[in-house]
Order: sequence, then C-alpha cells, then structure tokens
Amino acid sequence: MIFPSLDGRGKGRVIEVDYAPYAPSLTLPTKGEGTRIDYMNKSMDKLDQLESQSVYILREAYREFKSLVMLWSIGKDSTVLLWLARKAFFGHVPFPLVHIDTSYKIPEMIKYRDDLAMKFKLNIIVGKNTQALKEKRTFPDGALDRIACCKALKTDALKNTLSGEWPRWRLNHKTGEYELDVNTEPYTGVIVGARADEEGSRSKERYFSPRDRNSDWDVGDQPPELWNQFKTDFAPGTHIRIHPLLDWTELNIWEYIERENIPVTPLYFDQGNGKRYRSLGCYPCTFPVDSTAKTVSDIVQELRGGKFKNIAERSGRAQDKEDGGGLETLRREGYM
Amino acid sequence: MNQRQQMNVVIVGHVDHGKSTLVGRLLVDTGSLPQGKLEAVKKQCERNAKPFEYAFLLDALKDEQAQGITIDTARSFFKSSKRDYIIIDAPGHIEFLKNMISGAARAEAALLLIDAHEGIQENSKRHGYMMRFLGIKNVAVCVNKMDLVGYGQKVFEQIKADYTRFLNQIDLTPKCFIPIAAFHGDNIVGLSKNMPWYKGPSILDVLDSFEKAAPKDAQVFRMPVQDIYKFTKEGDERRIVAGRVETGTVKVGDEIVFLPSAKKNRVKTVEYFNGPARQEALAGQSIGFTMETEIYIRPGEMMVKPGEKMPQVATKFKANVFWMGKQPLIKGKTYKLKITTQEVPVAAAEIIQVLNAAELASSHKPHVDRHEVGEVIFETMKPVAFDIIGDIAETGRFVIVDNYEIAGGGIILAPVFEGGSMLGTHIKKREYDWERSHITPDNRAQKYQHKSALIVITGKVDTGKQRIAKSLEEELFNLGKNVYFLGISNRLALAAHDSKDKTLGKYEALARLGELAHLMTDAGLILITSVTDIDQYELDMLKKLNSPNRTFVVNVGENRFSDASVDLNLVENEESEAAVDKIVGLLTKAVVLDPEYMI
Repeated sequence: MIFPSLDGRGKGRVIEVDYAPYAPSLTLPTKGEGTRIDYMNKSMDKLDQLESQSVYILREAYREFKSLVMLWSIGKDSTVLLWLARKAFFGHVPFPLVHIDTSYKIPEMIKYRDDLAMKFKLNIIVGKNTQALKEKRTFPDGALDRIACCKALKTDALKNTLSGEWPRWRLNHKTGEYELDVNTEPYTGVIVGARADEEGSRSKERYFSPRDRNSDWDVGDQPPELWNQFKTDFAPGTHIRIHPLLDWTELNIWEYIERENIPVTPLYFDQGNGKRYRSLGCYPCTFPVDSTAKTVSDIVQELRGGKFKNIAERSGRAQDKEDGGGLETLRREGYM
Repeated sequence: MNQRQQMNVVIVGHVDHGKSTLVGRLLVDTGSLPQGKLEAVKKQCERNAKPFEYAFLLDALKDEQAQGITIDTARSFFKSSKRDYIIIDAPGHIEFLKNMISGAARAEAALLLIDAHEGIQENSKRHGYMMRFLGIKNVAVCVNKMDLVGYGQKVFEQIKADYTRFLNQIDLTPKCFIPIAAFHGDNIVGLSKNMPWYKGPSILDVLDSFEKAAPKDAQVFRMPVQDIYKFTKEGDERRIVAGRVETGTVKVGDEIVFLPSAKKNRVKTVEYFNGPARQEALAGQSIGFTMETEIYIRPGEMMVKPGEKMPQVATKFKANVFWMGKQPLIKGKTYKLKITTQEVPVAAAEIIQVLNAAELASSHKPHVDRHEVGEVIFETMKPVAFDIIGDIAETGRFVIVDNYEIAGGGIILAPVFEGGSMLGTHIKKREYDWERSHITPDNRAQKYQHKSALIVITGKVDTGKQRIAKSLEEELFNLGKNVYFLGISNRLALAAHDSKDKTLGKYEALARLGELAHLMTDAGLILITSVTDIDQYELDMLKKLNSPNRTFVVNVGENRFSDASVDLNLVENEESEAAVDKIVGLLTKAVVLDPEYMI
C-alpha cells in the first residue's frame, strides 16, 4: 500500500481577539441588524470555524434537497440557525421555516416569532395537534404525563406537519395572518438546531441523519460521515434531518449572538425580578432560573466563568427528568 | 476576550479496552461535568443495583448502558488550561466500525487504547491502521487497566514493543506510549504514584502537547463550487458563486479558472453577509464571489488560480478505499462518487489488491468486502478535478455511495491516464459480439433511400424541442423516410430523477437511450429524440453508444457545448417550419435525403 508523506505542517497558535463592550437592546432592532462587531484579525477564530462549518452544511442541504424546511422553535439555538441560513444565502432564507405551536408556548415567544417573520420576510409555516388540544388530551389539562404530552403536542404534531397529513398554516405577509396552506407535499429535508452538548442522545447525532417513514431514528445503525461528505441520498418515503449546530455549545451560541447582534426574545434576560429563562419551551414545563443577567454579555459572562459554568442548560426542563433515558425515548420517536 | 483554541480528539481501540471510561474520567478530573451529573449517574446505578462506571457518563443510549458497550460516537466537551477539546468517544466493536470512522474522520488527534491485561487485539491494529489511513498525525497510545497487571513496567514495555512493530509496518509514529488506569485516574491528569517508573507525560499533558495543523492559507488556492445563487425574486441581482475555500486565498481582481470545464474569469467581489466588506477570502471560510463576466458553470467545479499548481483533471485515478457497505465493492458496477462538491457515476475499473487492515495481509479478488481496504483504479463517467492526497488532503478524499448509503471512503494516490475507457471497451465488445445479418448498412440505405441517423435535439427546458422534433418527424415521414420520434427520453431521465439517485438515474437513463438508439439506427432508421439539460460528457456518451452510426446534434437556445459537438444551433422557441427547414437542410447534405445524391 502506498501512503502520502506525513510531514507536520508547523505549529498551531492561539488567537487573541478583543471585543468592544456592548449591550444589545431587549427589543428587536428596528433597522439594520448588520451591526456586527468585527475585528481585524486575518485568521479564523473558533466562532468563525463553527459558522463556516454550519454554513457549509446548510448549503449542502439546500443543494441536495428539493423539499427542505428549517424548524424554528423561537429559542436562541434555532434563531442562531436562522441567522446562519442568512449567512449561507447572503441575506435570504430560501426555504420555509416550520414552527410547531403547542399553544402552551410563552406568549412573548409567539409575538417575537411573528415580528421577526415579518421583518426578515420569512416564509413561515405553523403546525399543531388541533385534535389533542380540542379534546384536552394534554399535561396541563391533567390528562397526560409530561412525556406523553410532549409526544402528542410536539412529536406527533411535527411528524404530521412534515408529512403534510395534518393542516399547515402559512403566514400571509400582506395581511399578517396565518392561512391554511394549500401545499401538502411532504418535506424530505428538515434542518434542526440540536446541539451535541445538550443531552446524551443528541451527542450521538450525525450532521445528516436519516429517519424512516415513522420518523424513527435507528441510533445503532447511523450512516458514516466522512470529511464533510454527508448522507444526502435517501430512499423514497424516508427523510433526512440536518443538524448544522451539533458542534456548538451553549456558550458558543451566546458568544455568536453577541458578535452578530442577533435579535433574541427578551425572555432570556432578567426583566427586573431576578429571573430569566435559560431554555425556552412550554410554560407548564419550563421554569426560569435565578439570574440577574440583563444583556447578552451578562449571559456570556455567566456561562463562561459565572454561576452557570457547571450547571446543565436543560435543568429547567421538566420532561427530561421523567425518563431514565433522558430525551432518548422521545427522540427515537421523532422529538427534536 | 481570549478566543480559546479548540481541538477534536478521538478515542479509539478494541472493544472493552476502556475508551468511555477514560473519557468519563477526563471529564470528571478536569471538572467539565455539569453540576450534579456525576451524583445523578451514581444514584441511578445504586437504584438499579449496578456498579458505577465512568462510561455511563457518556454511554447515554439505553442500549449502551444495558449492553455495557458504546454503539455510536459521542461528542463531549472539556477544557484544559491550554484549550478546549471536543472528545469523540468512538465504539470499539467491529460491528460499529463505520461509526468509529465517522468519529475519527473529524479528529485532529487520537488516543489509542490497549488493555494491559488483554493485550493487543484485532481492533487495536485495525484502528491504528485507520488513523494512518485518515491521516491523523497526532497519535498517542495509552496502555490502560495497568491496575490489573499490578502496575508492572514489564507488561507495558512488552505491549509498547509489540505495537511499535505493528505501527512501523504502516509507517505511523505515535507521540508516546502512556501507562494508565483510567478507572482509578492514574496518569490521566498528572502522574500517578502507582507507577513511579513512568516519567513521561500524563494524558492531559500529551493532549496539550498535540499541535494543531497550520492555517491552510499558505497552500495553493482551492475552492470547490458548492452552488451558484441568484435570488432574483427577492430583488437580489447578484449571481454568487458560493463555496468553502479549502486551502489558499483569493483576492478581488484575481484571475481564476474553473475545473474541469477550464472556464476563466476574474473575481469581482467577495460576498459575505453581515460583516465589513472583504477584499480577500481565506482558507476555511464559507464564502461567495461574484465574477467579472457571467459564465455558465455547474456546482462541483473547482475554482483555482491559474498561476498556481493546478489540480489533476482525469477520468481515472488510483486510490485506497475503505469499504463499509453491506454489499461488497464489485469491479465494474456503477456507483456514485462524491469528491469535494462533485457527484459523478464511477466504477472500479481494476481492483489491484485487497488488504485486511488488522492482519495487513493482502489478497487478490474482484471485490472488496466490508471492513477491508482496497487499492483500486476508479473510472468516472466524466472528468473530475482533484488533488493527490499527499498534496492537498481536502481535495484528495472521496466517498462512494451505493444504494443511498455512503459505502466507502477513499484517498487518491495518483491520476491514471493509461489504458482505454470502460465505455470504449464496452462498445468494442458490443461490436465484436454483434451477430451480423446478410443485409449490410449500405443495402438498407439503398433500399430506404437514406442512411440511418440519430438526431438529438437538446437545450434547456421549455425551448420548443419536442415541438420541433415532432414537426421534423412529420416532414421526413411525408418525404417517405423511415423515421421515428422517440418521445420518452425526457421521461426516462425524469423518472430516474424522481425515484432514485439523481446522478446515477440520469446516467442510467442516458445509457439506456444510447443503446436503444444504436439498435434503431442499426436497423436503418432515422431516430429523433429530445433530451433536456445534458452536459458535454453526457452528450459524448450518447454519441459513443450510438457509434458507429451517425449522431446529429441540434441545440436549441444557449449553447453550452463545444462548437465541434453541435451540428446546428437554433434560437430558443424557433418557429417549427424554419427549424425543420434548417434540419432537413443539414440532413440533405449529411444523410443524403435526396435520391440524386445517393451513394
């Protein structure tokens, strides 16, 4: 066998970059989100590398999948994902965003969603489990436990929204209203903002991960992923989930929000009562944490060296604790 | 703020040699676990009456805890005082080798574990070989479970000697060997009192001593084109060539060439959303460019600078391929090749030898089985641009897709220019095997008053190709010619597009069309067909398959082919009558429609 030479290529170096102090506003910027703080350093830093890889993945997905959507939960991760899509496509988001509305989302989240959708001209599609909500088969109604509620309002709603079997509502930018979408074609590529550091089963994900007809995830038999060559071929009836944020940590997300000045919902900040949300979900199952972080840089500080340095992000999410397998049970069945 | 450096490290080795335990221990000893995680896992173990294992911190999947093995790679994050690490814990079981490769392909450094008690096992060697194959330069060997051999130096030295012998065979030099007992934390962070005879670095020391590859800006410029964007509907008129610069740099005003098409251009602007205007693009950046002149190129072309060393452009190359497919790699079968951003049909033209990566024993057979490494000459159906792995790794690696799955990963050793093509061989064999009747092509031509021909009408969608084709058939039919319009060629290509792999589907549909055309032209007919959106190489393949019979190419609209390969150019949506006149005019000269010109 013949092998190439193995010469080393010189030393690595640590790159130091100074950031100017900066405090983002708690509301959406009204004009020109392009106020990114840049630095005149030629080499790529860690955030540059993460951004470049995520952009590469998004562009691969866009090239390979005709029927592509991005899930947008309104949280910080999928909002960074949305921002990365604008990076990848030079200011545009050339595919629809799907939001699964459990109707138990914190109301500010929905307002923020619609404001941003109008502002960025996003093609946004909303799906929900109308049946379960109508029949009050939910945890807050006392009919289900938390896990079963997640499954009904999130997993089932998502599955059937993606497949087109349940109705979808599309935002009409002229009226600002959601209208029943005539397109019921199944989506075959679904971009998701899962991060490996969130919890165990997510740490095992691929960038491009196949799901079968029932959205099932076969964790034991995942496709190989070599040198940025991803699984972009799929058998009819299956679909692929795409995870551009796998390598990002919670801290990276906030550092990037700070650098790019990305608008995030004010729920992440202490509004004066010494509490803020660290992770967003449905209000019956998501609890704020004690924190006085009022700005993005406060949060970055808190995560980097402060009180949350060693505390798991999802500690405020109750459904994680109900099952010994963490989110695995939910995720095998199609939870994000 | 101090932007910390990050490094991806993979932990490999035979099953049960303690990889997950080592990672778990590293997380605990460097204080990288979330608060309460260790206690929670310990409590859970108590509840289930199971002894605590550090591996449980990582083996998150229920099946993994139940079976006590790692099934898939997991990423975990930890920090040293020097930098941040993403640790990729890879499974050691042979069944999950493709998962291990996926993990290792992302890594810049590797820790390879060998159980001191059990010694060197099959996957200790196979994984060592794969580190070499993947080109990971930072490798340290950890002899684990030293507690089980009484922390004895002799056992350590023996394994070190034996494994060094193996590594020498594959020309891999590790940074060091470290004796450890991961469960007890010996030599993980700082040196252990249990092995006073060991004076080398601890695991954490050796990780921090690994060097990151230098930035790739200094190398020659390579940017595989990922896509070409024009968001006209959003009021954006920029035509942006997007991709990631793999190596080198390029500036506004630089002359560039796209390969394999060899089209030249110049960089007009560097495009990047939400950042100050840039004059230059650097290695590693996912970025975009607008060009001085608008030219037609497809995703998959490689953007390079003409003054620098060019990449290889060839239809054949020699490579080492590691096979992971459930079905073996079979000589002659068509697969899909993905290299940089190019996707082309490919076949193994020759399997030179096959290697068992654990035993380093080579054999000769016409296929490469799962988990084997083959030295293979691949042939693509159209030219591809690439580099030799030793020159530029990023553009010298590829994967092979078989039936929707990535089945092989390979590194290119050299381009191959000798020997004929598989298509040429196929046509030669077809002509040789063809049983000929007593009626010669000349007999037929005299009887029918014309020679046979394939007329390919090509161009973009909705340019009036089918309409022209049908009018032409009618005109020739009325002239008394034996003519047939094959109206399914587009559908052939489309069906292939929808239901299967788009690269292979199109290739197969065109191959079928070529064989069909050959049959009908052999029968003396004039066959008319229209084909949408094919490139030069696909057109050439069609012509070759129809040979030795003649093919005429009528292009409608913008001509993307070389001038020599098109017989007639028509404008988009040309009126039928005019178009038919022109085509008949062409045929009158070439196929001799007029009886007066008969042979």
